[in-house]
Amino acid sequence: MQSERRLRIKTLVMVLAMVVCANVGDLMLKRGMSQIGAVHLTASGLVQAFRLTVANGTIWVGILFLTGFMLSYMTVLSWADYSYVMPAGAFGYALLTLLAVIFLHESVSPRRWVGVVLICVGVLLVGQTRPRTTAVVSEAAA
Amino acid sequence: MRVILALAVLILGSTGGEIAITHGMKATGEPARLRPLALLQFLGRAVRNGWFWAGVPLMALSFYSLLILLSWEPISLVIPASALSYVVGTLGAKYILGEQVSAARWAGVVLVCVGVALVAAG
Repeated sequence: MQSERRLRIKTLVMVLAMVVCANVGDLMLKRGMSQIGAVHLTASGLVQAFRLTVANGTIWVGILFLTGFMLSYMTVLSWADYSYVMPAGAFGYALLTLLAVIFLHESVSPRRWVGVVLICVGVLLVGQTRPRTTAVVSEAAA
Repeated sequence: MRVILALAVLILGSTGGEIAITHGMKATGEPARLRPLALLQFLGRAVRNGWFWAGVPLMALSFYSLLILLSWEPISLVIPASALSYVVGTLGAKYILGEQVSAARWAGVVLVCVGVALVAAG
């Protein structure tokens, strides 16, 4: 079926965009916050942290990517099931572990490897199911 | 007790918010094309949907609950526990959104839930 194939491809592309944006965004926020240093939980400490945060370019790059994540999430949910997209997005955890091993040469515990394998099998199982099981609202009717 | 309560707010807030946003996005309908102009018009319609604005504060509530939890408990406990939201979200998708969750999809969700808990526990 042509339309089913198209639906699968565009869902896959959007889920990949979600995963990449979420991971890059989190990484940039983490990097930006470590440039700022530990935040003191006092009134003046919070004001100071806020000033440094809005003046930090890395934080803004992170926010840009997290906005991209939210937009791709909203877009894919306009045609695909929540119970399809949500577990598929967990692929990011597996990807992050692989990237940490390849690029940062981090050592990964056996327990974490088991988790990565379970996530990959789980995402493949969910990926086999139909991306959409509810009635379609066409744009013309909206 | 307060940890369980904050965890419940975290999980129900995020899944409830995402379910409200999903409902709003389904009512918005998918964009005609995945081109910049069509996407902008689509997002314009989406943010005029009330369900979208019902979802946002729920997700914000969930985020604050996460921050509070992280100040009480180690991250290696908080994130694995929050992986339960995969199961809670799927129940919501089935009973609130009326999605058909097949046996294969359930099996996948449970594996993802356990897998995320193991990865986050380190």
